[in-house]
Amino acid sequence: MTYTTVEIWAIIAIMGIGTFLIRFSFLGLIGERPMPAVILRLLRYTPVAVLPGMVAPLVLWPGATDGQFDPVRMLAATATVLIGVWSRNVLWAILGGAATLYAAMGITALL
Amino acid sequence: MTTSTVKTPAKSAYWAGARDGTPFILMAMPFATLFGVIAMDAGLTLAQAMGFTILVIAGAAQFAALQLMVENASIALVLLAALAVNLRMAMYSASLAAYLGAAPLWQRVCIAYLNFDQTYITSIARYEARPEMTVADRVSYFLGVATPITPSWIVMTYVGIEAGQAIPEAWALDFILPIMFLAMVAPMLKSLAHVAAAAVSVSVGLLLVNLPAGTGLLIAAASAMVTGALIETWMERRAR
Repeated sequence: MTYTTVEIWAIIAIMGIGTFLIRFSFLGLIGERPMPAVILRLLRYTPVAVLPGMVAPLVLWPGATDGQFDPVRMLAATATVLIGVWSRNVLWAILGGAATLYAAMGITALL
Repeated sequence: MTTSTVKTPAKSAYWAGARDGTPFILMAMPFATLFGVIAMDAGLTLAQAMGFTILVIAGAAQFAALQLMVENASIALVLLAALAVNLRMAMYSASLAAYLGAAPLWQRVCIAYLNFDQTYITSIARYEARPEMTVADRVSYFLGVATPITPSWIVMTYVGIEAGQAIPEAWALDFILPIMFLAMVAPMLKSLAHVAAAAVSVSVGLLLVNLPAGTGLLIAAASAMVTGALIETWMERRAR
């Protein structure tokens, strides 16, 4: 790394301020003003629109296996989604997914 | 029940949030220690690494920035990439505005600082499930969710810096992040429109995975939101 101390702190400060402004943006500027119905309808899908796209590459090409497809991780991810949809409970889905991950890792280690 | 034993709603909303946020400590640990370790390897000082973690408080963007800094990329490129990774949070901000817009400015400032994937999605799921919540309760719940996560993120970065050692890869804690995100999203797949939006998000996200930092995800998210809204409209018309 060849940056000066001032440059590094500038990167950190600008990233901090920029990230805050992104997070504050609509929450800060819109405030109590009502939003158009069509915007609210789009925003209703924010969680299911962002998270699956973010996670999908991590499931198919995990960093821990250098991007190689890993059946154990795929199985754990599938179990998590199925338990989550079925139980409608975040904690059960996490526990079920983690249990599947470690059980499958244990079995492959034994084979 | 006597009034003395009844907690005020805001207080119980806060503790409900704290409880729901607690599992994410497990998720913060491996990534925060890893950030501490690679920040030291990259040549940052203790103060710089901690400044990063406290001021930016966004895992994915911190890793992206550090990676580019190690490669001696131009400062503009480092900033552009890191902020692009964080742009999805503008969508979170808009989505939260519908529920928290009426809160006092200082509370919205606090929430904006703490608005990251885990706090956002946990809170929005609660707001959707309980439309009767007051704005004050929603704010308390959000701050409750952030309470266990934020200090663990900061403290574990410090542990990573001092220990110089990340949690061993054999523990597979890397995969706790996808599991937790999937576990949060799965219960939200409550209509055809939600399922279709998630499917579009996955397909477009995978297709555009090689686009520079975060831009593929933004396109995937935007297409998924439009898909969800269109299908919802279509279902309404059909039901009429």
